Amino acid sequence: MPPATGGGLAESELRPRRGRCGPQAARAARRDVAAEAAARSPKRPTRGSRRFEAAGRWALLALVTLLSFATRFHRLAEPPHICWDETHFGKMGSYYINRTFFFDVHPPLGKMLIGLAGYLSGYDGTFLFQKPGDKYEHHSYMGMRGFCAFLGSWLVPFAYLTVLDLSKSLSAALLTAALLTFDTGCLTLSQYILLDPILMFFIMAAMLSMVKYNSCANRPFSAPWWFWLSLTGVSLAGALGVKFVGLFIILQVGLNTIADLWYLFGDLSLSLVTVGKHLTARILCLIVLPLALYTATFAVHFMVLSKSGPGDGFFSSAFQARLSGNNLHNASIPEHLAYGSVITVKNLRMAIGYLHSHRHLYPEGIGARQQQVTTYLHKDYNNLWIIKKHNTNSDPLDPSFPVEFVRHGDIIRLEHKETSRNLHSHYHEAPLTRKHYQVTGYGINGTGDSNDFWRIEVVNRKFGNRIKVLRSRIRLIHLVTGCVLGSSGKVLPKWGWEQLEVTCTPYLKETLNSIWNVEDHINPKLPNISLNVLQPSFPEILLESHMVMIRGNSGLKPKDNEFTSKPWHWPINYQGLRFSGINDTDFRVYLLGNPVVWWLNLLSIALYLLSGSIIAIAIQRGAQLPAEVAGLSQVLLRGGGQVLLGWTLHYFPFFLMGRPRSHPLPGILWDTLLRLCAWGLASWPLARGIHVVGILSLLLGTAYSFYLFHPLAYGMVGPLAQDPRSPMAGLRWLDSWDF
Amino acid sequence: MWGFLKRPIVVTADINLSLVALTGMGLLSRLWRLTYPRAVVFDEVYYGQYISFYMKRIFFLDDSGPPFGHMVLALGGYLGGFDGNFLWNRIGAEYSSNVPVWSLRLLPALAGALSVPMAYQIVLELHFSHCAAMGAALLMLIENALITQSRLMLLESVLIFFNLLAVLSYLKFFNCQKHSPFSLSWWFWLTLTGVACSCAVGIKYMGVFTYVLMLAVAAVHAWHLIGDQTLSNVCVFCHLLARAVALLVIPVVLYLLFFYIHLILLFRSGPHDQIMSSAFQASLEGGLARITQGQPLEVAFGSQVTLRNVFGKPVPCWLHSHQETYPMIYENGRGSSHQQQVTCYPFKDVNNWWIVKDPGRHQLVVSSPPRPVRHGDMVQLVHGMTTRSLNTHDVAAPLSPHSQEVSCYIDYNISMPAQNLWRLEIVNRGSDTDVWKTILSEVRFVHVNTSAVLKLSGAHLPDWGYRQLEIVGEKLSRGYHESMVWNVEEHRYGASQEQRERERELHSPAQVDVSRNLSFMARFLELQWRMLALRSDDSEHKYSSSPLEWVTLDTNIAYWLHPRTSAQIHLLGNIVIWISGSLALAVYSLLSSWYLLRRRRNVHDLPQDAWLRWVLAGVLCAGGWAVNYLPFFLMEKTLFLYHYLPALTFQILLLPVVLQHISDHLCRSQLQRSVFSALVVAWYSSACHVSNTLRPLTYGDKSLSPHELKALRWKDSWDILIRKH
Repeated sequence: MPPATGGGLAESELRPRRGRCGPQAARAARRDVAAEAAARSPKRPTRGSRRFEAAGRWALLALVTLLSFATRFHRLAEPPHICWDETHFGKMGSYYINRTFFFDVHPPLGKMLIGLAGYLSGYDGTFLFQKPGDKYEHHSYMGMRGFCAFLGSWLVPFAYLTVLDLSKSLSAALLTAALLTFDTGCLTLSQYILLDPILMFFIMAAMLSMVKYNSCANRPFSAPWWFWLSLTGVSLAGALGVKFVGLFIILQVGLNTIADLWYLFGDLSLSLVTVGKHLTARILCLIVLPLALYTATFAVHFMVLSKSGPGDGFFSSAFQARLSGNNLHNASIPEHLAYGSVITVKNLRMAIGYLHSHRHLYPEGIGARQQQVTTYLHKDYNNLWIIKKHNTNSDPLDPSFPVEFVRHGDIIRLEHKETSRNLHSHYHEAPLTRKHYQVTGYGINGTGDSNDFWRIEVVNRKFGNRIKVLRSRIRLIHLVTGCVLGSSGKVLPKWGWEQLEVTCTPYLKETLNSIWNVEDHINPKLPNISLNVLQPSFPEILLESHMVMIRGNSGLKPKDNEFTSKPWHWPINYQGLRFSGINDTDFRVYLLGNPVVWWLNLLSIALYLLSGSIIAIAIQRGAQLPAEVAGLSQVLLRGGGQVLLGWTLHYFPFFLMGRPRSHPLPGILWDTLLRLCAWGLASWPLARGIHVVGILSLLLGTAYSFYLFHPLAYGMVGPLAQDPRSPMAGLRWLDSWDF
Repeated sequence: MWGFLKRPIVVTADINLSLVALTGMGLLSRLWRLTYPRAVVFDEVYYGQYISFYMKRIFFLDDSGPPFGHMVLALGGYLGGFDGNFLWNRIGAEYSSNVPVWSLRLLPALAGALSVPMAYQIVLELHFSHCAAMGAALLMLIENALITQSRLMLLESVLIFFNLLAVLSYLKFFNCQKHSPFSLSWWFWLTLTGVACSCAVGIKYMGVFTYVLMLAVAAVHAWHLIGDQTLSNVCVFCHLLARAVALLVIPVVLYLLFFYIHLILLFRSGPHDQIMSSAFQASLEGGLARITQGQPLEVAFGSQVTLRNVFGKPVPCWLHSHQETYPMIYENGRGSSHQQQVTCYPFKDVNNWWIVKDPGRHQLVVSSPPRPVRHGDMVQLVHGMTTRSLNTHDVAAPLSPHSQEVSCYIDYNISMPAQNLWRLEIVNRGSDTDVWKTILSEVRFVHVNTSAVLKLSGAHLPDWGYRQLEIVGEKLSRGYHESMVWNVEEHRYGASQEQRERERELHSPAQVDVSRNLSFMARFLELQWRMLALRSDDSEHKYSSSPLEWVTLDTNIAYWLHPRTSAQIHLLGNIVIWISGSLALAVYSLLSSWYLLRRRRNVHDLPQDAWLRWVLAGVLCAGGWAVNYLPFFLMEKTLFLYHYLPALTFQILLLPVVLQHISDHLCRSQLQRSVFSALVVAWYSSACHVSNTLRPLTYGDKSLSPHELKALRWKDSWDILIRKH
């Protein structure tokens, strides 16, 4: 890196204040004295022409914004039925309106905003959002779609301003805006009730404000500097609050900030105190502020969703006690476990669920043909078990017997209440985890054999203690084989109703998979105590909900023989996604990027890498570049580098994740945005004349391709593209596109 | 010219006696009683079976790594004259007398022994003192985990050897670069770097980490070279070209060579054939080749074929049908067409035969001359044994209700017409007029009426379908998926018009003669792809551990227990070295960041050459640790303690570097320096003591009493086996 001269900033601080941040990035100026001199030497343009120029810029921005809004809001109401993932996110919006608790793998902000938009626009939360294709009928859905389209429309002006700031080239910025406006993929995603437009809005806002605050670096601690810095923080919180993919933009801003601080730290003209101030400002705005906002969204989330709903079972017993309508809410149950109690047993690992059994048998060939035992996330009568002594079958609820408590180390038998079979294990291999033993329901009316005996143990307790409901962490050890009852967390195939596998593991390693607690507890002979002591604190529920989300995320795996898109499909626009409709009579919407735009992007990235490396090598070889080229190469390497970094961060991690579907889409679009910018930058160092013609023809070309492909986004009815009568005939350039 | 007459011929030899001594001690520690225990120890049971396959020249597929590692082990077996006859089924099984245990274990032990002097050399080439270099080598020498791992038929020690060799030869090359570029030794070390890297990759995919590190270091050095304006452009270009050839081209070529030798050696068919494509199987001697040898190549109208699904998951299977029909009503209440079932069946069976029929004609025999079927042709597929034709219609499939049911058509006279026309699409066609070829062509069957594609759904049918796999017509032809692609495996031209005769014909094997060969690249690509795609799901093992437990040595692996006494072998490290290695790493990172920050403010604590030395040592050693350790956090496979050993060796190299740095730059006075040296000596003696204490668990040569074993269990998480009687 070139040595810091140090003089630049000190001088620039003396310059008269201007209303807005100078267009020239101070950093570049400081490092390149020649460039700074060149920037300052041209004679100042006269006042009038400057005003005229400013007006022109504003007009252009307005035009770009207008066009973007026009394309996004055009035919927004069509189709009037549920498309693709609207069924999820619309439903979740309804949950907020109905205030029922649910579980989703994404953080709540996006869905909360959708819910809010629906609420404000008069949607009452009564539509069921059952499956794609259901008609909305009288339900008001335009508010939610409009909100998403509104946020999605802002992408274009944001991208325009970002590129303008990075490249200082109006034509590059215009081109970016055009490519983005005319991309059918981006357009389609912005028109429906999805998280993606919200996520992309925040990501782009973060990028824009980061670039803006970078260009304010010559006037640190000024009002605009603070404004853009804190706006970056706010957008980061927003991005992360919508989906965890937001972590990548955080990473990008983080890297940028670290580099920034590193330069400041190396600037010997700044005292350590000043550097400390810089550091503190960034910690405040980029760490503390986003964290606070992010936590706040969760606080709102928990406050709004106060009623029991479909997500209860994913969470621990203590968590459920918060939800009104849940049977643990304000409940009072007997405190100590006694023989004869009817209980539900919940695995302590998040999102495993309750010990469950049902009348179905294990299929032939999979262990012994006995009754299945699984774990199940939802509340159900089949989750109820009766705790009995191992040696007597007498009814302990008989009032003539005294209450006998279960103690740590006792030998017990668990009888399934609905089917009267005992929890049983034996030396047969478990259905999925072959090295564990199978767990079944065995015996008739509670009479089984010695393989039904389990020793109940409380973790970290002495023998002989009583067992507390909800609070004791218990293990069940099979007496004959010495194995521990646990759930592997693997999903059983169809025969097991896609519930989770329960096994008896011979490895006594202590993991949460093999630790359980007693949740419901019914015993008429015992006095009830109130459970309000259970109320968890906010940090606890925050932590727990994150654990559940992370587990939910890692649990999503593609199955064999399932079509999944792979990361390498995306940049080449290999295949699209049916949003709605299959047959030629349906109203069809097909998510597919405008191939002209996408392939141009691909080209531009190659071009960028080529020109970037040539310039970098030339500089490293010490070649004397002409002043103009030197300035350009600064833009190319620094601005383009930023964009390329963003693309890398948002694209390559997906290769590691091995997760298909929902995730990639924001990734694709994000990379489009970034490559658009890269393209704009790469096109910059052309000669003037060719430059103008080239840009114009590119603009017109993309507009024409948009005209060709617009039915994909706005919807089409009629014959499929194979049919020569279709308007899309001849446009199916790849066999893998099926519109 | 006659100079040698005037002067005496003198050979001067520099022998570094300490190096010799280190090598000797290394050999002694690794080779001592190598044949003990004469029983299968831990993963020997796993690698052993592959050695046997090599000895018997039987093809196998192992997803754990490229074949070079297995070949190194097999070389030992070859040298010892092993015939491959041993049943590798149980850890602890006694070796029979035909197993040359010594030579099987020799190569890993040699690699482990040579790592000791190499550690010495590396530290020396990093320009640290002889003393530090000795320290590194001595630490390697007494590290129990490294000793255990090298004395057995396992691959980690070989991997570590090549990792160190790559680092060492790069350093030698880098030091040559300063005074004599393009000299003979410069070329030698540069090439050796590339060779060592590709050997490391060839042993385990883990070797890639070190390779990437070396590439990164070489790239940074090359970047500096580009910035060196005293060199001419041509010279710079030559430098870059030489590096590219040695570090990129040579490794790739070598890697291909490993596979080439592997495939040359293993030419017989074996138990893993099923996973491979038909074409691959046909290239092996025996197995499918024996069946398909002499089949006609081009499929013609009237051909009798078996169709294998290319995807082959969950199991490889063939398109199948049988007399039974779909049940009228399924368990969940949905209805079916009640026509004849079509399934995918994982075993060879006479019901797997289908006849390719021309829809325009009636006969089921091949005309003469045969009329080959081409891409785009319309065909009917007639089931050989029942003469019903393959059909699909708008009825939901039994288990995948979103797809169409596929059946063999039975006319119930209920206004449900036969829809049995299929269009043949050859997926891997060269041109649109390609002929459908046995084994080689991968085809899709597209239903003419509904444009559904014949597909293996992967689900097992319930009892009524004999738990065979479900076949469906997939309407959403979303792109290409291998489960929709089929190839002809067995094939013959049908000759008999009569059903009875045809049945007899179906039962008899095919005869005519055409032989095929797959090119090496095609076989390599397929093998490599299958190796990477194979997923074994034994997600839990008694001794598996998580990466976090490795740094502090919270886990161990019991490798072997004597059948009668309590002599046992454990993979258990020298805890003093592990802890101090991690400490050294922490000290290094703290000191480095401190120096970096101070340099940024223009305070130079170290002289420039000391600083560069410190940075290079850190990049190679701490970097080597990081690249060999951190990626494990992202992996989902079962991990064991031995995965940490390559990272550990880099940590051991870093230790003396940090110690010397402290003594040279942080100890201000002579007194401090002496005190520090004394401390280091004391610390090393304690490491020796620990190593000696753990020796019975490393070599397994001494049976300890339960009391002594309990005393060795320093951490609760260590699993030391104590006999109960």
